[in-house]
Amino acid sequence: MRAIITVIGKDKAGIIAEVCTLLASCKINILDISQTVMQGFFTMTMLVDLTESTVDFTTLSDSLKAKGEEMGLNIRIQREDIFDLMHKI
Amino acid sequence: MHNQKEILSTIDMIDNQHLDVRTITMGISLLDCCSDSVEITAKKIYDKITRLAENLVATGEAIEKEFGIPIVNKRISVTPISIVAASCKETDYTPIALALDKAAHKVGVNFIGGFSALVHKGMTNGDINLINSIPSALASTERVCSSVSVASTKAGINMDAVALMGRIIKKTANMTADKGGFGCAKLVVFANAVEDNPFMAGAFHGVGEAECVINVGVSGPGVVYHALQKCKGQPFDVVAETIKKTAFKITRMGQLVASEASRRLGVPFGIVDLSLAPTPEKGDSVARILEEMGLEVCGTHGTTAALALLNDAVKKGGVMASNHVGGLSGAFIPVSEDEGMIEAALKNALTLDKLEAMTCVCSVGLDMIAVPGDTSAETLSAIIADEAAIGVVNTKTTAVRIIPAMGKKVGEIIEFGGLLGSAPVMPVHEFSSADFIMRGGRIPAPMHSLKN
Repeated sequence: MRAIITVIGKDKAGIIAEVCTLLASCKINILDISQTVMQGFFTMTMLVDLTESTVDFTTLSDSLKAKGEEMGLNIRIQREDIFDLMHKI
Repeated sequence: MHNQKEILSTIDMIDNQHLDVRTITMGISLLDCCSDSVEITAKKIYDKITRLAENLVATGEAIEKEFGIPIVNKRISVTPISIVAASCKETDYTPIALALDKAAHKVGVNFIGGFSALVHKGMTNGDINLINSIPSALASTERVCSSVSVASTKAGINMDAVALMGRIIKKTANMTADKGGFGCAKLVVFANAVEDNPFMAGAFHGVGEAECVINVGVSGPGVVYHALQKCKGQPFDVVAETIKKTAFKITRMGQLVASEASRRLGVPFGIVDLSLAPTPEKGDSVARILEEMGLEVCGTHGTTAALALLNDAVKKGGVMASNHVGGLSGAFIPVSEDEGMIEAALKNALTLDKLEAMTCVCSVGLDMIAVPGDTSAETLSAIIADEAAIGVVNTKTTAVRIIPAMGKKVGEIIEFGGLLGSAPVMPVHEFSSADFIMRGGRIPAPMHSLKN
């Protein structure tokens, strides 16, 4: 299964490192990353592959959320399908 | 890789524009629960519902988590109980309503619909028993919803049933007066009732349906409202196009959730209902969409035209996004459940007569309207008859969900709380319709040719 992780919040050092470390520890492969910083506001979207993941979706979603709260960011994971279907015919 | 702008726009819809799936409703046939005793039937019903819907809520929650989309309600609709209980020797079907309520609590759904009867042409003994049981059933349960179909385009209007329903609504209001007439908020009187509606209080599982089925109701007035804010002053062509595109996106999400729920539960997918269902929360109102089109207050001249455009564009956009569309599909205008409608009614801009006109072009009917507690049963019946006539002649579903607010006068407010919101008591016409209702019989089905 593939999913999209979005990280939104105030920019600071180490955001990507922290998120990637968490993902690596769960054996989640990052397929693509895109990020922008506008007026200090950080937005990152990541396409990830959960095939080899060592944790289930709910646990992963909860730990990403917790990591976000720890860093003052909003981090969420959603299955890729929703974006495919909403924006493409 | 996906377009980042699109990803963020979806997230913005969820976080700031109240985008959600309003309900996953499991339809369950109870035709195999018949017996000659109410007690045995009630037990069979409880067992069947708790078996089939055991994982409904947990599955809904898991889908919610994976897609990051709120699924507000998980609900159940069942075969009209008047049919299931028809062979019972008892005449009071309240114990069956209690079993439905108990089953709803057990599986964790917030409403269960189907304490219903279809009497648009005539009433069987089972239908009469069910209708007479409605007041006590709704007064003694929390989650059971009831509906009665009194008219259809093919059969005309059963005026005996219309007269009876006026009295039943009044009795239900009296028996639940301590809760602001809450029982009436769970009671719908239909013309052209649909068999696959996932929305409450009018959901039931029709006899033409499968053993068990998953229907999904989408929502999203907030998303449409936000989209329209970006086309201020533009011609209606642009407005219609914007609504269509937005409805497409909302419905795609509903379709995705429906297919996923159907797959995980091992239950066939039925339909997606493309309705714009408001909630009392700010920013989730159908009235505000109409006002965004240029009306000072919802209910003023132009409201019917604005609603007609909205309703049609929602269908056109949504129909391509789902492989099976059904249910009521359109815009809902429940007064108490829509923050903008409540305000418009308090300003006297939105009246019962205007709402009646609006129901000619939108999804349902006179919905969640509070009227003074001393409104006569005949007047309630006459309101139902008018609404049924609109549905029958225009070949569309219409409904009446009206709450006589006991001890309250025009301008006062009754509070239901939660999704049902609060309703300002609206005035009804003071002149009598009693002789009209007393006639009884049937209003014949309308002509459907020679339409010039």
